[in-house]
Amino acid sequence: MDKVQDNRAWFLIIPVFLIVAFSAVIPLMTVVNYSVQEIFGPGQTFFVGTEWFEAVLTDERLHDALVRQIIYSLAVLAIEIPLGILIALGMPGGRSAKTSLTLVLLALPLLIPFNVVGTIWQIFGRGDIGLLGATFRAIGVDYNYTNNSLDAWLTVLVMDVWHWTSLVALLCYAGLQSIPPAFYQAAKIDGASKWAVFRYIQLPKMRGVLIIAVLLRFMDSFMIYTEPFVLTGGGPGNSTTFLSQYLTQMAVGQFDIGKAAAFSIVYFLIVLLFSFIFYTVITNSGSGEKK
Amino acid sequence: MDMGWMAWTAPTAIFFVCIALMLAGMTVWEVLSPTVEAKGFLPMRTTRGDRLFIGLLGSAFIHLGWLAATDVSLWGASAVSLLWVAFVIRFG
Amino acid sequence: MSKAAVLAPGSLAAPANVRRSSARVSNRTIVLVCYIVFLMLPIYWMVNMSFKTNEEILSGLTLFPRNPTLQNYVTIFTDPSWYSGYINSIYYVTLNTVISLTVALPAAYAFSRYRFIGDKHVFFWLLTNRMAPPAVFLLPFFQLYQTVGLFDTHLAVALAHCLFNVPLAVWILEGFMSGVPREIDEMAYIDGYSFPRFFGTVFLPMIRAGVGVTAFFCFMFSWVELLLARTLTSVDAKPIAATMTRTVSASGMDWGLLAAAGVLTILPGALVIWFVRNYIAKGFALGRV
Repeated sequence: MDKVQDNRAWFLIIPVFLIVAFSAVIPLMTVVNYSVQEIFGPGQTFFVGTEWFEAVLTDERLHDALVRQIIYSLAVLAIEIPLGILIALGMPGGRSAKTSLTLVLLALPLLIPFNVVGTIWQIFGRGDIGLLGATFRAIGVDYNYTNNSLDAWLTVLVMDVWHWTSLVALLCYAGLQSIPPAFYQAAKIDGASKWAVFRYIQLPKMRGVLIIAVLLRFMDSFMIYTEPFVLTGGGPGNSTTFLSQYLTQMAVGQFDIGKAAAFSIVYFLIVLLFSFIFYTVITNSGSGEKK
Repeated sequence: MDMGWMAWTAPTAIFFVCIALMLAGMTVWEVLSPTVEAKGFLPMRTTRGDRLFIGLLGSAFIHLGWLAATDVSLWGASAVSLLWVAFVIRFG
Repeated sequence: MSKAAVLAPGSLAAPANVRRSSARVSNRTIVLVCYIVFLMLPIYWMVNMSFKTNEEILSGLTLFPRNPTLQNYVTIFTDPSWYSGYINSIYYVTLNTVISLTVALPAAYAFSRYRFIGDKHVFFWLLTNRMAPPAVFLLPFFQLYQTVGLFDTHLAVALAHCLFNVPLAVWILEGFMSGVPREIDEMAYIDGYSFPRFFGTVFLPMIRAGVGVTAFFCFMFSWVELLLARTLTSVDAKPIAATMTRTVSASGMDWGLLAAAGVLTILPGALVIWFVRNYIAKGFALGRV
C-alpha cells in the first residue's frame, strides 16, 4: 500500500506519544540517574560513576542467572513452537460450534492472571493435595517441586508450556486460515503427501506469524517473573531464580537501588537488541510477502 | 511537584541533552534533505536514522564490554564507539 | 502451489494418499484433544477444590467434592476485603481499555495511511515499551505516581498498563486498518466528509472487528498483569490478584478459599472471550495475516 507523505500525521500521534512518554521516558531517565549513584535515601545520593555497571557485569551470580535464563528461554521455544504448530494443524476449520469451542478453550489459559497460574500449579503439583503430585507419588516417582531443583525447574517449564503454547497455536491457526482452499485442492489433485503440503504450502504461509510467535515467546519468557515467584519463590536454592526475580530481589529485598538500576539498564539493552533484530526481520520479511 | 527523587546528576543530564540534541538535529537534517534508503554492509536497507540507532546501540554494548573486560579508562570505549558510529553512518 | 505440482508422485497413488491423509488428520486431532485435556486438568482441579471444605482437601484426594459446599464463594462475596478486589480490578482494566483505544485509534490511522518524519522509529520505540521488563520500571513508577498524587488510585494502574497496552493496540489496529483500501478515505473526502465525521461514521464501522479484538487484548493483558498493579496500589485500588497473594501468606493454608478466588478471576476472561471468538485468531496475529 502506498502511503502519502504528510508530516501533519504527527498530530494524530501526539496523544499516544505523550501518554507513553509519561510512563516510559521519565522512569527510564530516573533509572539511568540511579545507576550512577549510591542511593542512601531520599536526597542522600552519592555519585559513583560506572562502579555499579562494573559490579553487575562481573557478578558471578548474575552470570549464572543469565545462563539459566537463556537455557530456559531456549527450552520454552524448543517445546512451544513445534507443539503450537502441531496443535494448529489439528484444529477444525470454518465457523462451526466446534471451532468456537476449541478457540475459547485454547485461549482460556491466556486470560488467567499470572499469579493465579502459579496458584493453579501450586495446588496441582503438591504431593499431598494435588492431582499431579499425588499421581506421581502413586506410581512411585519421587517428585517434589519444593525440594528438588530439577523438579522445580521442570514444573516451571511445564507451567509455561501450559500457559503459553496456546498463543503459538492461535497465531499459527491464523496463518493457516489465510491459505485459500484452492491451494489444498491443487495439492490433492497432484497427490502431494501431507508432509509436502506442510513443507511447501502451510509452513511458508505461517512464516510471518511464526516470527511474531518466536519474538513474543522469547521476550515474555525472558522476563518471566510472577509465575515462578508464586510457585517456587525462585528456589529451591537458586534453581528457578531468573533475571527478573534476581532484579526484584536486589531492588526491593536488599534495597540496592543503584546496582539494581545498572542491572535494569543492561537487561533493557539486551532485550532492546533482540527486539531490534526480530523487528527488522519481521518488517523485512513482511515487505517481501505483502503485495 | 517535587521531582527531587529523579536524582539528576550532571553527567546523566549531559547525556540526555546530547540524545535530545541528536534527535532534534536528525529531524532538522531530515527536513532539509530527506534520507534515501541505502544498502551498505548491513544486511538490510537502512535510513540515516536506522544507522544512527544501530550505531548508538552498538556503542552501548562497546561500553559494557569495555567495562567488563578491562580496567582502562572508559574514554577508550567512547573513542572506539565514536569511530563505530561514524563507520556505521557512513558505510552501513 | 507450483512446488507441490512438481512433487506430484503420480495420480495412481492418489487413493492411497487420501486414505493415509485422513488417518493423519485424526492423529492430529488426537494431539489437539490430548492437549486440551492437559490444559483443562489443572483448571478442573482448582474448580473441584473450590467446592470442597478444607478438611476434605487435606484428608485425601477426591476427584469430586464429596460434600459440595459453596462456603468458599460465600466468604468471597460477603467479605468486602475480597470482593472489593474484583471491583478494583474490573474498574482499572475498563479504564485502561478505554484510554488505550482512545489514543491508539488516531495513531494507528496515522501509521497505516501516512509517511512522516520518524514514523518507523516512533513505531519501534512504542514496541520496545511493550518489551521492556516491567521490573525495571517498578521503583521509578512508584515514585512518579506518588509525586503526581495518583498513588493507590485506579487511574495510576490504568495509566501504567498503557505502557504495554497502547503499543499493542496501535500494532493490532494498524494491521486491521491497513486492510481497508485507501480509496475509501479518498471517496469520503471527495464527498465532503470532514476527518472526524469520516472517521466516526465510515471508517470505525468498517474496522469494528479490529476494535473489538483490540479491546479484548487490552482487557486481557491488563487483567493478567500483577507486578505493576501491586506496586502502585496499597488499599483503595488493590487488585484481586494482590489480595490473593496476601491472604496466602497471612492465613497460610486456606486452599479452598484460594481456589475459589482463582476460579472467579478466570470467569471475566472466559465471558469476554466468547464475544470475540470469531476474531480471536486474526487478533492474535496482530492483524497481520
